[in-house]
Amino acid sequence: MAAAGESAEQFRARVRAWLAAQATGLTGSGSDDVVEQAKRFQAALYDAGFAGISWPAEYGGQGKDATLQQVFNEEASGYELPTSPFMIGMGMCGPTLVDLGTPEQKTRHLRPLLRGEEIWCQLFSEPGAGSDVASLQTKAVADGDGWLLNGQKVWTSNAQWADFGAVLARTNTDVPKHKGITMFIVDMRAPGVEVRPLRDMTGKSPFNEVYFDDVRLPGNAVIGAVDAGWQAAVTMLGHERVSIGSSARRRYDPLASQNLVELAAELDTGTEPDVRAGLVDLYAAERVLSLFNTRLQQEADAGKAPGARGSVSKLAGALLLWRAVEVAGSVAGPRAIAWDPEDEGDQLAVAINGTPASSIAGGTNQIQRGIIGERILGLPKEPQVDRDVPFRELRVGTQTSG
Amino acid sequence: MRLILDDEQQQLSATVHKVLADHAPATRVREVMTSDVGEDTDLWRRLSSELGVAGLVVPERFGGSGAGHVERCVVAEELGAALTPVPFFASAVLAVDTLLGLGDDEACAEFLPTVVSGESVAAVAMATADGMWGAKPLPVQAESTGDGWQLTGTAPYVLSGMLADVLLVYARTPDGTGVFAVRPDASGMTRVAARTLDPTRRIARLDFAAAPARRLGTGDAGELRRSVGELAAIALAAEQVGGMRRVLDMTVDYAKVRVQFGRAIGSYQAVKHTCADMYSDTEQAISALRYAAWAADHDRDALPGAAALAQLYIGPSYFRAAANAVQLHGGIGYTWEHDAHLYYKRAKSSELLFGGARQARERLAGLLDLPGGS
Ligand SMILES: Cc1cc2nc3c(=O)[nH]c(=O)nc-3n(C[C@H](O)[C@H](O)[C@H](O)COP(=O)(O)OP(=O)(O)OC[C@H]3O[C@@H](n4cnc5c(N)ncnc54)[C@H](O)[C@@H]3O)c2cc1C
Repeated sequence: MAAAGESAEQFRARVRAWLAAQATGLTGSGSDDVVEQAKRFQAALYDAGFAGISWPAEYGGQGKDATLQQVFNEEASGYELPTSPFMIGMGMCGPTLVDLGTPEQKTRHLRPLLRGEEIWCQLFSEPGAGSDVASLQTKAVADGDGWLLNGQKVWTSNAQWADFGAVLARTNTDVPKHKGITMFIVDMRAPGVEVRPLRDMTGKSPFNEVYFDDVRLPGNAVIGAVDAGWQAAVTMLGHERVSIGSSARRRYDPLASQNLVELAAELDTGTEPDVRAGLVDLYAAERVLSLFNTRLQQEADAGKAPGARGSVSKLAGALLLWRAVEVAGSVAGPRAIAWDPEDEGDQLAVAINGTPASSIAGGTNQIQRGIIGERILGLPKEPQVDRDVPFRELRVGTQTSG
Repeated sequence: MRLILDDEQQQLSATVHKVLADHAPATRVREVMTSDVGEDTDLWRRLSSELGVAGLVVPERFGGSGAGHVERCVVAEELGAALTPVPFFASAVLAVDTLLGLGDDEACAEFLPTVVSGESVAAVAMATADGMWGAKPLPVQAESTGDGWQLTGTAPYVLSGMLADVLLVYARTPDGTGVFAVRPDASGMTRVAARTLDPTRRIARLDFAAAPARRLGTGDAGELRRSVGELAAIALAAEQVGGMRRVLDMTVDYAKVRVQFGRAIGSYQAVKHTCADMYSDTEQAISALRYAAWAADHDRDALPGAAALAQLYIGPSYFRAAANAVQLHGGIGYTWEHDAHLYYKRAKSSELLFGGARQARERLAGLLDLPGGS
């Protein structure tokens, strides 16, 4: 358990020792029982006092400074921790509940999440509403003391494992699109919820379509206030950007510069001038972005909230990956095209094929640039044709709103 | 590591900013850059004597304030933002760092107080013939004459070399690299003003033909030259970051007011997204700079890597930002009257100074243990 009055350096030492003992040899992927392994590991994290380091202590967190979470992340970046099933819960839904949840919701959900008992997913995107999430059509209609949920979500990561989801639904079609949305907690095991896997371009199925057919939501499922779901969504998207942007390049990421340097040594391509230059420039870009993230964290600790600047992390992180794909190609050359079955080539291929995800998920690069331009630099918005129109009169996605 | 400025450092930044806005606006910069001397000597004396900008890394016993590199970088940022044509780099960076690194208290006591007060201007010759700051043989040879030394050779790329009244020259000696002081009126020395891409930074060539010189310090100054180069790269990075911030502000301001096709050009995504990329690059550049400045003060082991990182990342980013500033201003951006071209020229010339990105890349390659290279 957490020691009282511990310094950051003592904390770091404790994390380091714990990881060395508990996390050596673990892998985050490839094993059949990903979920079981993740649950065991998350429970161990909780028992050791490393789950929810900056979350409130009364709901199972450690109630510590956010810098200590950063310390933990730094130490953990040398390991491949099996935490992916909990990423959305820990990085987005949980922090949003901390911000906006009722005491009852926090008591019910935060501790089980921290202990690795319950997996969460985020149900925002729909076939007609992606970048423009506010045009979503999934509906929640008041029904007695609760609600009835109907509609379709798409690209829902981890829904195949999820116990709960944070879902955005339209609760009022007579007002403009941003004003009639509510965020709910939905029990993913409830009758009427159907999850169908979707295959991504790497061939895996990390995301899903989710259908809601007359799903009953209790009255206390509302996160924040009725018709104030847009504010709740913005809160969650802010956490999402920080959580995506600040996840440092991992030791085991085949596109991390350090691993590409090793690959170049192995393949004996590192002496080629273009490969050398590519590797050094990639290292520099990686290091500078991590310095930016550290600076953002230091500013936050000094009382200046990152605000929309999380979009810089998110955007720069996505662009960094594209640069890494280019360098990986020059390092590996033809060996990225074909390899013997007994050689290690699959990982690099999966990484190359998975790279577009970072530029799309969590708000595309174009959307991040828009946010930086408008919210940070104060540049004028584009003319918005739909801002003040009641939702039911709008065209949405490739359909009409109906 | 600490990547944010404290209150006092922010205060220093605001003070310098105000003085430059009051005494060195763009009109004054243009006046000075087209003058013969090309440097604002009055302003330099004022900045040195009143604000102490030349003595920020100099200990108090030699007339400085002993503040630190973070503070010096704060000042450099403002000078770079305003393109102030003063001999800051020559005197307050290269000469100060060289003198302090010599371990020669007598030389420090002789030169530093007047350099710090701005009464004298010092310049340093340390580039190789190809303009790099690496390990190639120095272009000036020193020979012992029994009671003194004399220098022969040609030293290129000497910042503020025409204006300076103290000249410090890195030269080859029989026992490694030495640092020599040459009097401005020394026989056998001629100074030639170079023509420059950047009109706001004056550069000279020094020709030596058996010019009498005095050796400062003892022992091989090869390592010193290297570390002076690293500290210079950091101060330069600060100037560049200041310039980047200014071109970003300038461009964003313009994009808000310039109307075409019935709306502000900043509402068009091609313009807005370019500004967003400039902002993202600038924020990252600031982070690289703060780290390097912090390392100069607190972590000398990390200094070589931090300096090379700043130089490699920031130089090209600044030029990209400056080029975008011209582009997003359209025709007016391409005129002599508009200031965008001054930043464009400063950015390109700074990108190539002190060995440029190429040398920084080589240094990082070495630190990453990449095989090959020269
Ligand atoms: C791997 C992955 C995991 C995901 N996980 C989840 C999840 O768990 N939960 C969830 O809710 N969603 C998830 N998503 C969905 C993701 O948030 C959306 O895909 C994303 O927001 C883009 O929406 P879209 O796919 O509808 O594309 P669109 O919004 O239709 O965009 C198509 C193209 O148009 C561009 N574009 C759109 N609007 C503008 C504009 N205003 N200006 C300029 N360009 C514009 C976009 O940049 C893009 O290039 C995931 C996506 C991926 C790839």
